[in-house]
Amino acid sequence: MDVVVLVKQVPDTESLIQIEGDGVSIKTDDIKWVMNPYDELAVEAALQIKEAKGGTVTILSLGPEKTVETIRTALAMGADKGVHIFDPAADGSDALSKGKLLAAALKTLPFDLVIAGMRAVDEDNYQVGSAVAELLDIPQISQVTKVAVEDQTIKCHRVIEGGTVVVEATLPALFTTQRGLNEPRYASLPGIMKAKKKPIDTLSLADLGIDPETVGPAGRKVKVAVLNFPPDRKTVKMVDGGNPGEMAAKLVKILHEDVKAI
Amino acid sequence: MAQGVFVICEQQDGAFRKISYEAVSEGRRQADSLNTDLTALVLGGGVTEMAADLEKFGPDKILVADDPALTDYSTEAYTTVCTHAIKSRDPMVIITGASTQGKDLSARLAARLDAGLAMDCVAIRIENDQLIYTRPMFGGKILAEINIIGTPHIVAIRSNVMAITESSMTCTIDQLDIQVDEPKTKVIDKKLESGDKVELTEADVIVSGGRGTGGDYGAIEELAALLNGAVGASRSAVDEGWRPHSDQVGQTGKVVSPNLYVACGISGAIQHLAGMSTSKNIVAINKDSEAPIFSKADFGVAGDLFEVIPEIIKEVKKIKE
Ligand SMILES: Cc1cc2nc3c(=O)[nH]c(=O)nc-3n(C[C@H](O)[C@H](O)[C@H](O)COP(=O)(O)OP(=O)(O)OC[C@H]3O[C@@H](n4cnc5c(N)ncnc54)[C@H](O)[C@@H]3O)c2cc1C
Ligand SMILES: Nc1ncnc2c1ncn2[C@@H]1O[C@H](COP(=O)(O)O)[C@@H](O)[C@H]1O
Repeated sequence: MDVVVLVKQVPDTESLIQIEGDGVSIKTDDIKWVMNPYDELAVEAALQIKEAKGGTVTILSLGPEKTVETIRTALAMGADKGVHIFDPAADGSDALSKGKLLAAALKTLPFDLVIAGMRAVDEDNYQVGSAVAELLDIPQISQVTKVAVEDQTIKCHRVIEGGTVVVEATLPALFTTQRGLNEPRYASLPGIMKAKKKPIDTLSLADLGIDPETVGPAGRKVKVAVLNFPPDRKTVKMVDGGNPGEMAAKLVKILHEDVKAI
Repeated sequence: MAQGVFVICEQQDGAFRKISYEAVSEGRRQADSLNTDLTALVLGGGVTEMAADLEKFGPDKILVADDPALTDYSTEAYTTVCTHAIKSRDPMVIITGASTQGKDLSARLAARLDAGLAMDCVAIRIENDQLIYTRPMFGGKILAEINIIGTPHIVAIRSNVMAITESSMTCTIDQLDIQVDEPKTKVIDKKLESGDKVELTEADVIVSGGRGTGGDYGAIEELAALLNGAVGASRSAVDEGWRPHSDQVGQTGKVVSPNLYVACGISGAIQHLAGMSTSKNIVAINKDSEAPIFSKADFGVAGDLFEVIPEIIKEVKKIKE
């Protein structure tokens, strides 16, 4: 079973996000970059499938030069090889263009299964996995919490509003990860040493046969007009009182009479 | 030229999800500002009769795709049917809910139609004849205002944010002539929770507990039930195994916007705030008066949740009597 995992490098969730002077991008200098948490679940799922069924795990990532660090992290967890789409002309692509670039790269790779995160915690687009599946014309199952792989099919549990469904798809297919799927392993020291020798191929737009005008800023269907910080909340009103009973009575009175939330 | 607003509605086992009413209501508002028509699209098996429930939210037209093959949501079949309906009518804006289904469908549809998508949108407005979509990014640390280039625009709206409004329009209901191929994915099992459990993302009230509960959710559950609400949890509580993953609120959990969010024994880590900061009213109950959660709350109680919540329950019961 050949599995390709789509991995994105994103700002650590603790990061302070600041808006650049242009008003449409974020400052990147002080950010700590990490693997998207949902993609950690995807790498772990791929490694578990490889352990059970044999085959290969390839990490595919699109991004600037430093993306290589995140690819290495995945290799240190146990993946076999990396593919890095790296081309300045791809900078500033929107989610759909990213899907096009990743799908084009996937067409050059052997795969039975593609695993992506359900969302990247930077732009929170929840989009790239579905775009890739569509452009490859393969079935997708999103937000998966449990997976069983057979020879020709995968069976996935997905939690939906008000319940769980089990969906079966024929391979090749793509699924996206939801929390609960697994607990991602950490890279071990020997893993980190081995990762240094594992191959990472770099692909440019020319390698992928993609016209630079169709991706990057020129290809955007979604244009950021402006970035804002969310409005501040008013300062908290602490409900005081001598004992829990008094505080509770005051709180419930406010919620009922003033804000009408109860 | 593309015109008209389309809303793709979501139903499950014979009932529309609340997000469908939100989407149709928002669709009506946008169709009015654009001076155009609103079409609501309903897909499913045996949904013809229920489609009329949408009339009071103001569509000009309801299109029904009723086929046994659409009974369970399938990305492929739904994308194909929606594409067919969209291509034949060329709408300018397509609105759907950003539910589990809506996220899956809108993203696939955007790729099929080669269209721009505003995912998890919290506001739509028109400025200088341009539609502007507001959507949170970076776990809500940033609100982006975006434009979509070309048509159609696909917009998946966040649950519980846009108002449900009724309107006294009359509408026509038409059947869509469709053909659904055998899909490559199929639902082989389905477990739905019993009817009275309120879904977290749709709840008006959420009472959430964190590590401070020590795993005892008795009072939290009682208060949530009393307020017809749902129970939420921090990731620490989920990691401890006290609550299922589906209860987790935050950057790697659900994003919720209830009218009232009560955070009990939750410190207020940035990743938790990412999931609940758009709630309309936030109450924090924490025994540490310095806990960061208080800086994001509207009302705070510095106290022991095990002492405070039972008293809140008593007070709420007094009101209810
Ligand atoms: C990549 C990543 C993603 C994450 N995603 C999420 C996410 O989606 N959601 C999420 O919630 N977290 C998430 N986290 C974890 C987050 O950083 C915090 O660790 C977590 O939110 C803390 O949970 P807590 O507030 O329940 O626990 P704690 O931080 O331990 O806080 C417990 C609080 O309870 C109070 N308390 C104790 N006893 C009582 C009592 N008897 N009465 C009243 N108050 C009491 C304490 O004063 C304290 O403030 C994520 C972390 C990372 C690194
Ligand atoms: N630049 C990228 N390189 C590789 N995979 C990506 C990239 N962007 C998004 N993905 C994948 O798509 C998922 C969803 O991302 P998004 O649609 O941006 O929220 C991520 O979890 C990754 O698996």
